[in-house]
Amino acid sequence: MTSDTLLDIQHLHKGYQGHQALQDVSFQVPEGTVFGLLGPNGAGKTTLIRIINQIITADSGRVLLEGRVLSPKEIRKIGYLPEERGLYKKMVVKEQLLFFARLRGLSSAEAKIRTKDWLERFNLLSWADKKVEELSKGMAQKVQFIATVLHEPRLLILDEPFSGFDPVNADLVLKEILRLKKQGTTIMLSTHRMESVESLCDALAMLHRSRLVLHGTVPDVKARFSQKTYTLDYLPYLSDSREHLATTPQQVLIQGDAREANAQLSHYIEKGLVTSFQPHVPTIEEIFIQQASSQQHDA
Amino acid sequence: MMHKVALLIQREYTTRVRKKSFLLATLITPLLFPAIMGGILWLAVSEGERSSLRIIEVVDEQDFFFLESMEQYAFSYGKISLDEAKELVRKGERFGLLHIPPLDMERPRGISFYSEVSPPLSFTSMIEASLKRRIEDTKLQNSGVDPGILQAVRTPVSLETITLASSGDEVAGDARVQYGIGFVSGILIYLFIFLYSNQIMQGVIEEKSSRIMEVLVATMRPFQLMLGKIIGIAAVGLTQFGIWVLLISLLSSLLWSFFGIRMPQAELLEAQGLAADSIDPALSEGPARLLMPLLQVDYAYILSIFLFYFLGGYLLYGALFAAIGAAVDTPADAQQFVLPVTIPLLVAYMGLFLFVLQDPNSSTSFYLSVFPLTSPIAMVGRAAYGIPFWELLLSMSLLILGFIGSTWVAAKIYKIGILAHGAKVNFKVLWSWLKRED
Repeated sequence: MTSDTLLDIQHLHKGYQGHQALQDVSFQVPEGTVFGLLGPNGAGKTTLIRIINQIITADSGRVLLEGRVLSPKEIRKIGYLPEERGLYKKMVVKEQLLFFARLRGLSSAEAKIRTKDWLERFNLLSWADKKVEELSKGMAQKVQFIATVLHEPRLLILDEPFSGFDPVNADLVLKEILRLKKQGTTIMLSTHRMESVESLCDALAMLHRSRLVLHGTVPDVKARFSQKTYTLDYLPYLSDSREHLATTPQQVLIQGDAREANAQLSHYIEKGLVTSFQPHVPTIEEIFIQQASSQQHDA
Repeated sequence: MMHKVALLIQREYTTRVRKKSFLLATLITPLLFPAIMGGILWLAVSEGERSSLRIIEVVDEQDFFFLESMEQYAFSYGKISLDEAKELVRKGERFGLLHIPPLDMERPRGISFYSEVSPPLSFTSMIEASLKRRIEDTKLQNSGVDPGILQAVRTPVSLETITLASSGDEVAGDARVQYGIGFVSGILIYLFIFLYSNQIMQGVIEEKSSRIMEVLVATMRPFQLMLGKIIGIAAVGLTQFGIWVLLISLLSSLLWSFFGIRMPQAELLEAQGLAADSIDPALSEGPARLLMPLLQVDYAYILSIFLFYFLGGYLLYGALFAAIGAAVDTPADAQQFVLPVTIPLLVAYMGLFLFVLQDPNSSTSFYLSVFPLTSPIAMVGRAAYGIPFWELLLSMSLLILGFIGSTWVAAKIYKIGILAHGAKVNFKVLWSWLKRED
């Protein structure tokens, strides 16, 4: 564990009746970063989040937060927004926020002050005394986000944070995530839609079929996978006489070492006009697909 | 961690107590009770004036009987033939026709009553009684007894039933009042257990389907979560019940004072085996007489029995309903589990009417009132009749064991159920959850 690690996950195993949900998962979440926990549905993300939230216990392995093994004391330091959103419909906004803040260990007086601040920031102050069922869906989503961050957690866990929000609120949440990050909060985003967090995440861990398949900072991961892959754009000749070029460009992905790449380049120079040849920076999704399929071959 | 359970209890309590539906149910129900009582009294008082007089033609072939008109029946002696009298009944000019053929005093037979509609049972027994007395009087006179003596020996008697309580008190009881109290408290406890247990289940389903559960369970143990909900809703029930007791006693004492009984509310609440002689004898006349047996009930005893069995039964069933709520995703899915859990409640409810109120000391009543799943309803049905101490002790101990057991079972299901989404849950799955070690 390095000094700037907030969350240290060590050799977690968790099995349910009949199947393994997590197998030997280890990675670190650096402090003050936006961390992507990626993987398709069923990869083990929810199980991992539940272990970090102390909702369930791992069969073996441990989780350290700020260097200490998780205990009820750490509840105060974590904020959690589950994937599917819900609030008590019949409860007044203000009281609901107080309730959740106090569950996380905030005093009543402190919770009241912060509730007011946050409602103001989200333009909801005039709705403070309304029942949740009277709010629009977007407003309720904002209230739930406030409920998650009101106690100013060190670690904020957001499960599919953008899926439920409309575009305006998603943008608001995005801004808040960045603001919280600036203030030093570490944010863990869990999602199966990898393209949505690519620009946002500083580091990531990727789960597939209960195993960790990849983990590191986003630039590192990309650099690792951009080697040996190039994109080549060209306009092919329309006939063997090589007099006319097609008007629509074609793109191919070339993989291999320098010799192989050059050989491919020569091949396409023969077939048409090469308009560009550059190293390919893969998207996180492409990396995932590559990793997932190579895992399957290994298995 | 305990302050979190307190937070939960507070949330459950305040959100429910502030609902309009709670306020309405709490205020209207106790108004109904005195309203029904008042209604019965009013009917009883005004019955004589209101109902039309029924005229009965008497065809007495010996001209021997004379029946005095009473309450709503008047007897006409038109000295007409049987067929003419029948015609009068058919035309609706007479309510009925009493035909007394020439009688053999030793074996009086052949007395008949004709009418278009069957007469009430009270009427036939009244006619029987007065004919019987007339015949017996005649026989006595024939054997030489002075009619003055006959008049003098006639004594009105009414039976007072007295229960020997183990405490040594002799509690005067009125079977109708005991039946009424058993009836009302049995239904009330059935409704209470059913409604409040259902609220637990609905609440758990709400939290589970909205994923509030995930947030809650990240801050405390599932068992604490379950406990908070059960206790919070119990507090709502007790509040409602407390308000009822206050309002009912207040309104009843107002009502009773209207009918001429001085019955301060405090005295009512503390009415420990109120003896009949402590009531002003002047009040034993008039409509107040109807209410007299109500004053002789040990309300404190019945109230404490009721509270114990409400809490015990509620905790037992509430835990099971919490487990059901945790196991399913929607209220519709809950039906398959609610039915089997409700069956013992329904059995107890039917047992209350079929056995307990008919004969509180029969062996069926005994078993129903000690078996924990049925005892809350059956035992409060027996409370007004008096319960032998050891039976009460056995029943209460079993109920305590019962809710500890049901809470243990429920906690295991609850813990796994609240995190299981989308899975098809049936009894086999529940069983596997129960067996799972942790």
